[in-house]
Order: sequence, then structure tokens, then C-alpha cells
Amino acid sequence: MGHGVGTRSSGQRPSIGDAVTERKTIAVAMSGGVDSSTVAAMLAHDPSGGGTDASGADRSVVGLTLQLWDQTRLAGKHGIPDAPKAGRCCSLDDVYDARRVAEQLGIPYYVVNQEERFEQDVVRPFVDEYLAGRTPIPCSLCNNHLKFDQLHKTARSIGASHIATGHYAVNEYDAERGRWILKRPVDKAKDQTYFLFGLTQEQLARTLFPLGYMTKPEVREVARQHGLALAEKPDSQEICFIPGGDYKQFLTAYLEEQGEQAPETAGELVASSGEVLGRHEAISNFTVGQRKGLGVSSASPLYVLAIDPASHRVTVGADAELATRTLRARRLNWIAIPELIAPMRVKIKIRHRHEPAWATLEPGGAGEVVATFDEPQRAVTPGQSAVFYDGDEVVGGGWIV
Amino acid sequence: MPRVYMDANATTPLLPEVMEAMRPYWMEHFGNASSIHLDGQRAHAAVAQARETMAEFFHCHPAEVVFNSGGTEGDNTAIFGMLRPGDHFITTSIEHSAILQAAKRVAQLGVETTLVAPRPSGLIDPGEIVRAIRPETRLISMMLANNETGVLEPVQEIGKIAADAGIFFDIDAVQGAGKVEFDVRRFGCHLCSISAHKMHGPKGVGAMFVRRGTPIEPLLVGGSHERRRRAGTENVPGIVGLARAAELAMHSLEDGTIRRVAALRDRLEEGILALPGTGVNGAWEGDKPVPRVANTTNIWFDQLEGEALVIAMDLKGVSVSGGSACHSGATEPSHVLLAMGLNKSRARASLRFSLLKTATEADVDRVLEVVPEAVGRLRELSPVAAGTLG
Repeated sequence: MGHGVGTRSSGQRPSIGDAVTERKTIAVAMSGGVDSSTVAAMLAHDPSGGGTDASGADRSVVGLTLQLWDQTRLAGKHGIPDAPKAGRCCSLDDVYDARRVAEQLGIPYYVVNQEERFEQDVVRPFVDEYLAGRTPIPCSLCNNHLKFDQLHKTARSIGASHIATGHYAVNEYDAERGRWILKRPVDKAKDQTYFLFGLTQEQLARTLFPLGYMTKPEVREVARQHGLALAEKPDSQEICFIPGGDYKQFLTAYLEEQGEQAPETAGELVASSGEVLGRHEAISNFTVGQRKGLGVSSASPLYVLAIDPASHRVTVGADAELATRTLRARRLNWIAIPELIAPMRVKIKIRHRHEPAWATLEPGGAGEVVATFDEPQRAVTPGQSAVFYDGDEVVGGGWIV
Repeated sequence: MPRVYMDANATTPLLPEVMEAMRPYWMEHFGNASSIHLDGQRAHAAVAQARETMAEFFHCHPAEVVFNSGGTEGDNTAIFGMLRPGDHFITTSIEHSAILQAAKRVAQLGVETTLVAPRPSGLIDPGEIVRAIRPETRLISMMLANNETGVLEPVQEIGKIAADAGIFFDIDAVQGAGKVEFDVRRFGCHLCSISAHKMHGPKGVGAMFVRRGTPIEPLLVGGSHERRRRAGTENVPGIVGLARAAELAMHSLEDGTIRRVAALRDRLEEGILALPGTGVNGAWEGDKPVPRVANTTNIWFDQLEGEALVIAMDLKGVSVSGGSACHSGATEPSHVLLAMGLNKSRARASLRFSLLKTATEADVDRVLEVVPEAVGRLRELSPVAAGTLG
């Protein structure tokens, strides 16, 4: 077994948690899916799964599920489907599945209510961003605020020194640089580092990603070996609090529930030449790169190029016009380096399914960076995150402005 | 380290005597109490004897005892069995969800409910009940003891008010039964529900006092069991267990057990209150102590999440509860504490300690070891604490 949980390629650092607890307790974030369930099984039962350190035998594992969103809350309103059965976090069946796995493994398991914090730190910003004409990415916010910040707090407050999650990523301490390094996993198709760029050194030091060196088929095989009934459960894909995936329905239903009016953001639909092509009802109906539902006809396909939240103007144009060579990002977090002080060659990923592209990254002043791509990139979308890679290492990331 | 269980208001273990009393009725005397043959007669005799014991417990006639599946069924039966469209119903905002949800259900049929809120002490003001009465008020329902705070409600006074107004009165006595002197005549109620598993009896069985002549429709129909007041083959071992548990409970009230539990609870409370930023929910009204059952205390802790404290204590081998479990099993702030006027964060930071009558000094010692340590760590880490304890 070459790489297990807790393996540190370049050395070990004493963990702060050891002073707090007499026994090393690991809290596993369990969603009821196959990945986190397998992590729990590996840590609870497989001595080589986590036990590269001597404390392996004296380790206890606790399962935690964050209850983030009541899936029944907006169900049935404005065409939102009824509460989903499974495949989304916090659905009843998924919590049930997680609980059953914990029971089967014989580890304590708790559901922790974080609905208020989730709404405040993820849902509300998501809604506000959309209303402001940007295209937010709630999963990164959730990872930063809930899955790591809050989970670490909860874990420490119940006496656990570390958390483990089912993310596909590698997290290793590099003694030479004196930093925790986040790296792309072996299974590149499952790479989740894009959503993890916000992790601080402190959070990385206390986090285990046991699946980083495994492929999804291997994970399913381990789940089968542990007799987990959910080994064949399909992966979830959608934004967890938007059943059906229609964010416009969600915005309408959410604002109505809050007794709020969507701000008036109707405006002009213009060509890149400035020519007015028509009008639109709300900027929140658009995303950079969007083709469908523009409400204008044209000989060649039109795409949203830009959304101006101030003038409510939505600019559309040809596919080729979507390409840009530069991006600016702010609210940065650095992982492989303490900070960016000189230009650096990196590959940048600008959305989840984007193939990272070569660029030169430069400090942009005022907590910003400016990236210049070697080749123009399609649909650089404000509100999404830009994550910078050096080979497999995550250098850092930020939010596109 | 053996675990310490301080969640008796959730459920209790069987006492060995209860287990022994039930034992023959699973395999040996398995008969159906409705059958004509001797096997049936033996089961019938056991149920009849249990009914007599329960009559003694309630202070009523044996014919006024109806066996059922427990507290939720009793609460539901009172509401669904008595209220019809156009009726008005009075209850309180600190009732168990078996009452509150049933009230919501009959609202759809055209039964209006008035929810009377408690004073900050958790006590219901009888004057508020009087003010809520209307000509069409048919039923008042109230708990004897609150499950979260242990506060004993003035049921006797409400009983008089109901009698004067010619209104039926139902008591949810699930948490009070076995913990205080019990007499349905003195309470002045028409209906009264109890549950076996809250007093060291088996789960899934309970009993309801139905005063003779009270017009109540059965919730379950079918056979002619329980004088047509509750259909379904009698849960003979369960009923036998309930009666044995009730006997032991009556005995505990007389032999000093309850006083001993109260002393343990008081020592626990004092020990926890020695921590800064703590207090009891529902213990005082001005400078007057509020009557409470002996085994319960509900304590708030400043600057921490109650949910995390429950988990931390569990991992240290101490079972307590905080708030109520929502659909997923996560904790929501207790509706009882919110009704008493606590804000959400204080309600969230409140824990219920409810002692078994078998609790020991060593149990209290252990809890007093675990609580300060867990509270200390939580406050260190709590975002709520930032800036205040800093």
C-alpha cells in the first residue's frame, strides 16, 4: 500500500490537534454518497487505509453530516420538483444512507444543523450574485465556509483533530517549502481541486483526502469489499439546493419566500458594435457564454458576451467574440506559494469542466492578479473561480471579476 | 468507562422486574385475550389484572382504562376522537408535537385552535386559558409535565376552569407519570395519556384514562377490543409490562426514590451552574421556584452550540439531549424554549439533563467532570465567543 490516508510524501509535521486530544479522532464528512462512505469505511476498518502513522491503532472515527438545506423548503413552488429522493446532499435518503453506513461500520454518527450558516454564506450570496448579473459558483463558497471552516470547528469542538472527506484531491506537506500542498488526484476525471482552492494552510494541515490516489472504479471496489450497499449509487452532479437544476425557478421561489421583489434589471440587448438588438427582462436570465433564450434571432448563433450590472445592458455576439486573453481575479488564496510577488507561468482553469490553459500570472495590485493566456479563452465568466496550477499542484486561486 | 445515561425523558430501560413480569407472555402464555379457549382466558386475565393496576395508578375505575400504543396515540385520540368541524380547541405552545401536529390536522377540517403561550418560567397562566375560552370551545389539552424543562403545569386549576365552563379536559401525562402524585379525579380531567417506556416499561405500549361517559370516537376501528374504544389485538406482554412498571413507579413515589433523584438533580444543577455563563430554563418565576419533576433540568450555556456539546459529551460517554431532532436527525432549537421567549441562539445552546430513577452519585460526578471540559473547549472555538470571552 503505497499511498494511504495520512501519508505525507515529504515529511510529517506534528499536528496541533494531538495536544488537544489524548486519542487521535478523525471526523469523516459523510454525504451518503459512495465516496465519503468509502472514506469512512477505510478509516474505520482498514488498518492500512489510514495507519501509516503509529497512532493508527489508537484512532477513532466519527461520522458527521452537515444538514445544509431543507430540500422540502421550496419544493413544488414555481415548478421546482418535489423533494428529491437521493443524489443531493441533505435529502432524507442520503442522510439515511450515511447513517446506515456509519451504523454498519460501528462508528458514532451525527447530523449537524448548519442550515442558517449555509443560507447566509452560500445561498444568499448565490442569489445576490445572480441578481447582480454574475454567475456564481456555490460549491466553492460552500467548501470554504461550511465543508471546511465550519466542519473543522465542529470537529475540533467535539474533540476531533482532523477531518477526512471524499474529495478527489491530494494533500501533502512539503517540508522544504514548509507548506501544505494541494495536488490534482490520480483520477483526473474526478479532480475536485477546482472547488478546493480556498483551503487555508491551517485547514489543509487538518484535512485528509484518502481518495486522492484512487480512481473512482477502485473506490467502488473498496466500497464493495466493505459490503457497502451504496457501492453502485450514482454520483450527484447538480447544485445541491437547486433540485432540477433550474436556477431561475429557484431565484423566483426563494425571493418570493423571503417576501422580496427581484430588482428591476430589464434592459437593452446590444451587439458588440453597440447596435441595440432588443430588450430583455432581467440580467439574471443570462450567463456569459449562454446561447439559448436570448430572445433575438440572427443568421449566425449569438452568445452572451458580457453583462453590465450597472446599465443592465447585455452584450451578445459571435462565438469568436467570446474569447478573451486576460482575466482579473480577486479574493485570492495561495497554497503552494506564500504570495505572488513576480510573474509566474501557470495553467488556469476557469470553470469546472474547463481544460486548464497556459497563462502568465502577475500581481495586479490591490489584492488582485492579472492573467494573460497564451491562447484566448472562451467565456471568462465573472463570479466563477480561476484556479492556478503548476503541473499537478494548485498554486492558488481567486474569483473572476 | 461505563456510559452515563441522562436522557430519561427520551426513554428509559426496562427494570428487571418488568422484564420478568413480561417474560411468560411472549411464548408460554401467548394467547389472544379475545379468544374463548383457556389460552385466551389466561391472556385475558393478565390484561384484566393489568387494567386493575392501571386503575389504581390513575385513581379511576378499571373500565375507564384503555390500553393503546403509547403517548402519541393517546394525544391523537383525544383530538381526532373528540373534535368536529366548528369546534374550538385550546392547547399550549409547549405541547408535544403529537398534540400540535394533530391540531394542525384538524384545522383542515375546520377546528380552530388557540395556542396559549407560557410565561417565561415555562408555566401556563390559567388566566390565559380562561381568556381563550369561547362558546364553541369543546376541548382543552395540556401536559402535566413538560418534557424539555420538567416544569409541572397547573393542571388541577385548569381542570376546575374546564369543569366550570363545561369543557372537556385532556392531559398529556407522558412526562409526569411516575414522577409525581397522580390522580385523575384530583386533576379533574376527562382524558389522560401515559406511555410505558418513559417509566421503565416497554416501548410501544401506553394507556389512556377515559372518564366514563366521555363521548370520544376511537382512532382505530375493527374488533371490539377495549370496549370498542381501541381496536386491535391487545399487546399482552406490553400491557403486563406497563402495569408492572406503573406498580414500581407508585412504589418509588413512596419509598423516597424520587426525593433521592431530586437531590442528585439539584447537585448536578449546582455543579454546572458553577460554570460562568450558565442558567436554568424554567426553574424560577421571580424569586419563587417553579414546580418541576424531580429528574429534569434544562440548562443554557452562553457562547456555544448546544448541538456540538451534545456530541462532545456523547463521545465522552454521557448521553444528554438538546433541542428536538428535525427530519434529518439534525437538531433544531426546542419549540418549548422558543415559546418561553428564549432567542434562537440561547435555545440552541440549551441542554436537557434528565436522570433515570436508578441514577447514582457516580453518574453525577462523571457528568460534572465531562461538562466543564467540553464547555471550555467549545467556548474556545466558538465563533459566538469571539469578542466576548476572547
